[in-house]
Amino acid sequence: MEETNINSEIILQVKGLTKKYGSLIAVNNLELNAYRGEVIGFLGPNGAGKSTTIRMLLGLIKPTSGSIEIFGKSLLKNRLDILKRVGAIVEKPDFYLYLSAYKNLEILGKISGMEIKKKRIKEVLEIVGLKKRARSKVQTYSFGMKQRLGIAQALLHNPELIILDEPTTGLDPQGIKEIRELILHLSYDLKKTIFLSSHILKEIEIIASRMIIINNGTTQIEGKVEDLLNSSQMKVRFEVDNTAKALEVVKLSMWNDNFVEAEKNILVFEMDQVEIGELNKFLVENNIIVSSVVPIRSLEDYFLKITEGSTE
Amino acid sequence: MKNLIFIELSKIFNKKRTYISFIVIFLISSIIQTALYFQGDKYLSFATRSLSNSFEFSGNLLNGYLIGFIILQSLSAYIPFLILLVGGDLLAGEATGGTYRIMLTRPISRNNFITAKFIAGIVYTNLLLIFMMLISLGFGIMIFGTGELIVFRDKLYVFAQDDIIWRFFLSYGFVILSMTTVLSLSILFSSLVENAIGPIISTMFVIITFLIISALNIEVLDSIKPFLFTNHMSSWRNFFVNPIDISQILLSFSVLLGHILFFYFLTVIIFKRKDILS
Repeated sequence: MEETNINSEIILQVKGLTKKYGSLIAVNNLELNAYRGEVIGFLGPNGAGKSTTIRMLLGLIKPTSGSIEIFGKSLLKNRLDILKRVGAIVEKPDFYLYLSAYKNLEILGKISGMEIKKKRIKEVLEIVGLKKRARSKVQTYSFGMKQRLGIAQALLHNPELIILDEPTTGLDPQGIKEIRELILHLSYDLKKTIFLSSHILKEIEIIASRMIIINNGTTQIEGKVEDLLNSSQMKVRFEVDNTAKALEVVKLSMWNDNFVEAEKNILVFEMDQVEIGELNKFLVENNIIVSSVVPIRSLEDYFLKITEGSTE
Repeated sequence: MKNLIFIELSKIFNKKRTYISFIVIFLISSIIQTALYFQGDKYLSFATRSLSNSFEFSGNLLNGYLIGFIILQSLSAYIPFLILLVGGDLLAGEATGGTYRIMLTRPISRNNFITAKFIAGIVYTNLLLIFMMLISLGFGIMIFGTGELIVFRDKLYVFAQDDIIWRFFLSYGFVILSMTTVLSLSILFSSLVENAIGPIISTMFVIITFLIISALNIEVLDSIKPFLFTNHMSSWRNFFVNPIDISQILLSFSVLLGHILFFYFLTVIIFKRKDILS
């Protein structure tokens, strides 16, 4: 995770946000804040309420109750003023397929609340690597290209707050890397605030400075990614030559308290990072050959733990 | 607002389905004109056979005006279905394509969005009917020349050459109003669903149901018939009688305009409350 230039100015503040569809509660009393200049990761399993929340943040869905303030103004009362300063991708990138990428952006530019020059359209197309295909109809684009175009339209009017819902879906590894770099560039160099929803948890770990995990429509946890990572022990996978022998010596030692499970020639332990070396030394001293040690503590592990726990 | 209207027009005229209506009108007009070019005399003598004992018909009766009238009469019942191709897709097409999301996350009000759709739809309706007038009346005059227009309704009306064109213009104006009513209803249905087929079928169902109710001679239905917009859609024919029944035309005008405004405001109210889930 990289350091960010967060300041204390709240750009986005959500209080008690709730959305009900009959008896179904899609979002339940959600609370979150986003600060100027940060990349905030918005995580949750499928059906957690991420997309509903993002739609409410953009005025596409009306909340049942609660408040949304963006740039210190109520979204309900100042939607048009606020949207001039917000760029977004909501779920999959859909465009007018019978129009070219350029024409799509031209249309969106005309209703962005400010004058968008041709130069700017070309500029954003170049940023996302679509300049050469600008005049092709969008129906000829691959999903990845449409995703890039989605990012282009979100950046078109140079917004202060950019809401990105799964922006790397459908991109090839190089494309994912480029978009990550672009998000970091937008945040660090251009001081944009990025609200990033993603199911690729590694992406949040790499890009985001803070994160919010939601499940069943409610905030499970909110905080700095680094702090959240350090708040739990990591799991470490030891690959050994003789599982039975290794299990025997572990069970007779203090490491038995850390032991989680065994699977073929893998032993999994839960421990702090400083203990990894000690356990490795212990196994080797007991004539067990350790061929690999893989720490699996990560945001993904943490995320899974939180969401699984909350659904039980 | 001006930008939004141009955007909506550009969307309409960049879709292939928009041109189906123009092609259909061109083909049907051409077929009617070709048929009448070769067998117009037979048609005319058949149409006037009951009157030939009492009247003597002379001059160029098979002229462009008669052709224009025949085509208008034949097509006016079918144009609603052509209007639906575009009207039904105006909002539902955005839902199907997922493009509500990119449009409505821009700083535009939903009210303006709907109004621009309506205005663009009305422009399309106008252009379609102007095209039909040019094809039927314009080509008719070029091919068949001019002359007096004979129209047989409850009785025989003969209109002098210099007393015809204005009647066509007003009739087309009235047909545009009728078709705008159909368009408005299809946009209303279009705001409720996420697939363009639904509004097309629903509007057709309403039109056909209203036409059936209008045709039934059941006393209990008589009280509602004057309020059915389909009952007033053929009121353009009132411009081809003498003297013109102004009160009937004004009544039809008011009913159609009332329907348009009702459908428009209902669409605005529904759409402003709509959650965009597509």
